[in-house]
Amino acid sequence: MGVLIKNGRVIDPSQSLDMVGDLYIQQDRVKEISKRIDAPRKGDTVIDASGQVVAPGLVDIHVHLREPGYEHKETIKTGCLAAAAGGFTSIVCMPNTNPINDNASVTEYILLKARTEGIVNVFPIGAITKGEKGKELADIGEMCEAGCVGISDDGMPVTDSGLMRKAMEYVKPFGIPVITHAEDTGLSAGGVMNEGFVSTELGLRGIPVASEEVGVVRDIILCELTGTPLHICHVSTKGSVRLVRAAKKRGVKVTAEATPHHFTLTDKEVYGYNTDAKMNPPLRTQEDVDAILEGIADGTIDVIATDHAPHSQDEKNVEFDLAPFGIVGLETALSLSLELVEKEIITLEEMIKKLTVTPSEIVGIERGTLVPGSIADLVVFDPGMSRTVNPEEFSSKSRNTPFSGWELKGVVSNTIVSGKVVFSHN
Amino acid sequence: MPFDKKHILGLGELSAEEIKIILDTAESMKEISTRDVKKVPTLKGRTVVNLFFEPSTRTRSSFEIAEKRLSADVLNFSASQSSVVKGESLVDTARNFEAMGASIMVIRHGMSGAPFVLAREIGASVINAGDGSHEHPSQALIDIFTIREKKGRIEGLNVLIVGDILNSRVARSNIFGLRKLGANVRIAGPATIVPEYFRDMGAEIFYSLEHAIENVDVVIMLRIQSERKTLEYFPSLREYSGLYGLTREKLSLAKEDVIVMHPGPINRGVELTSEIADDPGAVILEQVANGIAVRMAMIYLVALGESL
Amino acid sequence: METKKKVQPIEDRSESFFSGIIDDIPPESLSSLIVIGIKTRGEYLGKRLVERISERTGKDVTFGTIDITLYRDDFENRKNWPQLRRTSIPDDVQGKNIILVDDVLYTGRTVRAAINSIMDYGRPASVKLAVLVDRGGRELPVQPDYAGINIETLDDEMVNVYLEEVDGREEIEITRKDAV
Repeated sequence: MGVLIKNGRVIDPSQSLDMVGDLYIQQDRVKEISKRIDAPRKGDTVIDASGQVVAPGLVDIHVHLREPGYEHKETIKTGCLAAAAGGFTSIVCMPNTNPINDNASVTEYILLKARTEGIVNVFPIGAITKGEKGKELADIGEMCEAGCVGISDDGMPVTDSGLMRKAMEYVKPFGIPVITHAEDTGLSAGGVMNEGFVSTELGLRGIPVASEEVGVVRDIILCELTGTPLHICHVSTKGSVRLVRAAKKRGVKVTAEATPHHFTLTDKEVYGYNTDAKMNPPLRTQEDVDAILEGIADGTIDVIATDHAPHSQDEKNVEFDLAPFGIVGLETALSLSLELVEKEIITLEEMIKKLTVTPSEIVGIERGTLVPGSIADLVVFDPGMSRTVNPEEFSSKSRNTPFSGWELKGVVSNTIVSGKVVFSHN
Repeated sequence: MPFDKKHILGLGELSAEEIKIILDTAESMKEISTRDVKKVPTLKGRTVVNLFFEPSTRTRSSFEIAEKRLSADVLNFSASQSSVVKGESLVDTARNFEAMGASIMVIRHGMSGAPFVLAREIGASVINAGDGSHEHPSQALIDIFTIREKKGRIEGLNVLIVGDILNSRVARSNIFGLRKLGANVRIAGPATIVPEYFRDMGAEIFYSLEHAIENVDVVIMLRIQSERKTLEYFPSLREYSGLYGLTREKLSLAKEDVIVMHPGPINRGVELTSEIADDPGAVILEQVANGIAVRMAMIYLVALGESL
Repeated sequence: METKKKVQPIEDRSESFFSGIIDDIPPESLSSLIVIGIKTRGEYLGKRLVERISERTGKDVTFGTIDITLYRDDFENRKNWPQLRRTSIPDDVQGKNIILVDDVLYTGRTVRAAINSIMDYGRPASVKLAVLVDRGGRELPVQPDYAGINIETLDDEMVNVYLEEVDGREEIEITRKDAV
């Protein structure tokens, strides 16, 4: 039994491949890619991919699955459904669940749930500190053994620089990266949106760009000191892009990601107190968006990740100050990334690279490639087909997106995980 | 041009024309307060709710009198007696009053943008009676009404606002309104609470009160709100009042017929010396009287637009 | 929709209307008299009345205007409410004799609102009503003390008075909307 995908434009940046042809999957592996693969065997599924792109399944290294603890926002099951609908075959989930993923038993619970209920691959991130409290190190070694692919206190930055240094030193021999939500909370305390003209008009407390940049500087310096690979989450400011660029030039082992919302929107979205435009780091100004686009183009930004952060409508439909930070992203990321290609910021191949092989390499998972013999995780999508974003049709449990009603290009027709079609567009 | 706004959420949302209609209507309303029977039957049978999630006796009393002079039935809700404690959401609380037949809601809330949540979620007309650090449209309309009454115009006047601009909803509303009507707005205070971003809103920034006050027609002194944690922005009240407190000496640098305003309540000796607060050039109590007329106009006008 | 229009000049009928009123005022009560015009056209007719009184008697009579918008009883039609204008009654009405002036008397609702409004200023000794045109069609028990012109009209006819001061012409116009 296999799957034969015919006449697609096969793009796999891991082997610099871009050709129109057929791809054959046998069992759970990629068997062959060539100009023409003839008549399928009995029982094979045939997918006509004419006019569509066939790529490695997308990999999102920044997702909040909310389970355990916040199942009203999202579960591992619904998060995986949303991922598959968005073309993602592997998602890396952050530890800020309840309880926090700061020990092996929570890691094992997540992996068990993912195996039994999830339709895509789930790779957990462990916490840096116990309870993400920033006081003492979490059970990093045990979590790593249980399957964590990185450590992070996402959303609750480790404010104690000494402790951050210890974490980076300690994790180094385990070969997994430190993923940082860089923020100086003293500078951002009480802030709910970008500090600037819009926050001034709206009378909302601002989060200055400096709060992120001070965090980025510190973590880059600690990365230089310890030599542990550092991945910087959701870069949102012009200054951060500049800092990462300079660090890379010096040879520091740092990588960075940007989210579709940070490279698409500005803080003007907040006008009218739109809580679906409230996230941390916040939406910044056009100047910052332009700098991020430049960083994406020149490779300073290695990865596109969503920071998929589901929240229920009841939680968002409140005073702006009270609404939680975060928006969903899995089901809009591919379309928004295709805009980068449309605007000629990057090529389609570069875009796919930032959504497949590079993120896989950062967290050390063997995904994001179509090299024959590798696990058959794929996405087939039509990059030219238009869609209107309708949150009511999301597979995610939550609908908190600022992109509702947007007219976007790019429709996923099939998502395949380990040789099995887990999502197909009717 | 008719006034067709269903809500009054802030002066940032109103056109110069709409602001003028409110001011003109307030003039007619002011006359009612001079009559024997200070009441007109206009809103007979209509219910107005004052939703106060933040204590404010002055603003609530002023709105309540305004509503009663228009013959509306008035319900008062304040957070202390509220279900907020029980965890009921803002929207649910408002829906409750809507179910009781309230067609206009006047809301005061400690968080910026709260009236926008209501306007989006409920059918009643919403009037913002002050939201967080965002806007306090009725207060600014009172200030502008009083200035217009005293000076006969707004256009071309130099108006100075002094104090905690960053955290002040009165300042924001006044800047929006005065700029739209063509006044020159200056702001002054410590650099920590007079951020540069206000320049883009059309205000001229000063850090020295002596420089700022030169040649101004109107001075609006903002209240230093210690409850808003303003105090972390400067070393002490003593230092603040030394630098930014209004004295007769500093006031002498302004135009001769300068008027001094304060949204109240005054911290005597901090923002103003008593001699200025009690001076005939100070129009602080007139502001209070005009408050009722301006609020009557706001309620009347949204009532007309209620079903639009 | 076709509209039919009849135009009728006012000519000197307003003058006989005014002299009829003045003849009726006892000279000793001139000092306690207040003429109040209902905005908009009642205001101009009221002003004319005050002028005529002054011409005939040499006495200046107190004049005021009222805007009845806030006293209207048709809140459901509020979209058509005009912008609020000022009511201005310079004297205390307590114990005074008031002549209320309007251009057209129809349902009586405007007069009802005007009387309510005046009562909110105090308790006058008397209120008399003077209208230039009485077109019938009353919905409330209101009758004019002085009416310059009586016109028989149908319910679907509209009667508008045009005055020199505001409209640049002196006419009564009766329009009928056939389709209504």
